[in-house]
Amino acid sequence: MQACRLSAADLACRRGDRVLFARLSLAVESGTALHVTGANGCGKSSLLRILAGLLPAYAGTVVREGNAGLIDERPALDPHLPLARALAFWSALDHAATVPLERLGLAALGDVPVRYLSTGQAKRAAFARLIAQNAPIWLLDEPFNGLDDAGAGLALELTGEHLAGGGIAVIASHQPFALPGTARLALADYAT
Amino acid sequence: MTALAILLRRDLALLLGAGRRGATILPVLFFVAVAMLMPFAIGPDPKLLARVGGGTIWVAALLAAILPLDRLIEPDLEHGMFDQWALRGIAEEAVIAVRILAHWLGFGPPLILAAVPAAALLGLDGPTLRTVELGLLAGTPGLAALGVTVAALTAGLRGGTALAGLLVIPLAVPLLIFGAGSLAPGGETGLAYCAAASLVLLALAPFASGAAIKAARG
Repeated sequence: MQACRLSAADLACRRGDRVLFARLSLAVESGTALHVTGANGCGKSSLLRILAGLLPAYAGTVVREGNAGLIDERPALDPHLPLARALAFWSALDHAATVPLERLGLAALGDVPVRYLSTGQAKRAAFARLIAQNAPIWLLDEPFNGLDDAGAGLALELTGEHLAGGGIAVIASHQPFALPGTARLALADYAT
Repeated sequence: MTALAILLRRDLALLLGAGRRGATILPVLFFVAVAMLMPFAIGPDPKLLARVGGGTIWVAALLAAILPLDRLIEPDLEHGMFDQWALRGIAEEAVIAVRILAHWLGFGPPLILAAVPAAALLGLDGPTLRTVELGLLAGTPGLAALGVTVAALTAGLRGGTALAGLLVIPLAVPLLIFGAGSLAPGGETGLAYCAAASLVLLALAPFASGAAIKAARG
């Protein structure tokens, strides 16, 4: 996996008329994770989207070394396609050799159209897409939503393996994130 | 395979694919239906039909191009596909250029083929049909570019589809004037103007649509 680093200096985020957070700086090194916590609407998702480069920051800069992969509430899979074909589109785009369907418990669902998947199954499929993307920086927005206990454990395990391989993970979640060596960032500290 | 080829394959499967068979054939049927209705509406006088027939085909083509607008951009924006492409460094402009090509392949050639039975229903003669076909060949790429642009501008708005239809009609007027104008005696230069209007729309569309999608993301 390519060397990666993610840092941000003096970030501020404005949504509408409100500045959600300001003067936020962070640095995540290869092999470590950052757990972003905070109440609903405090800007966790916005922070992840700023880090991904999808949302312009109101102030401050983001330096991203390495590609970023994102999981949010939308699985980004064509709803009418069978799961295997919907994932095949992304793996072709990402030049991925295989998609870990079995590992994620999706092997039996390859022929099922994406729109028939449950929330948890769609989330597992999004993890399959993320792993096949092979991006060193994982940005996970509420990755445990909709997952059952086994699924949440699996997500944690996969994130752990990603970190062990030298990757970076930034997780925005209310749920505790029990991986050793995870830094915490409480967005409430930067509220204005 | 390059990223753009993969995107084009997906777009074609989405716009023409087996799962959405009705969606492709619908604009063509609509187009032929309008041509079929005209003789009923204005009477079967061959001279009158031959005079208004070419213009009718143009109006029908314009209206048929509006039908697929709602599924051009909106679903991908809603499902977060554009975000994932941006993360992979695929520019919105490139996605849109591919989408315009796929959209044109989905309705341009079928419409050009369907113009033959439509011309027969309206009693157009050979030279007129030839001019209509050349005009459609010159004008439909512009209609495709315009359709994708307006679909990108209105994606995510409530009632966006109806608004998109209303926005396309005035913006397509230059194509219609030059395209249908080429049917008047001595109006052959209209074809060149129609092609020029098409090229302008094709050149602007990726940038206008890309800006709209970036703005929608904010």
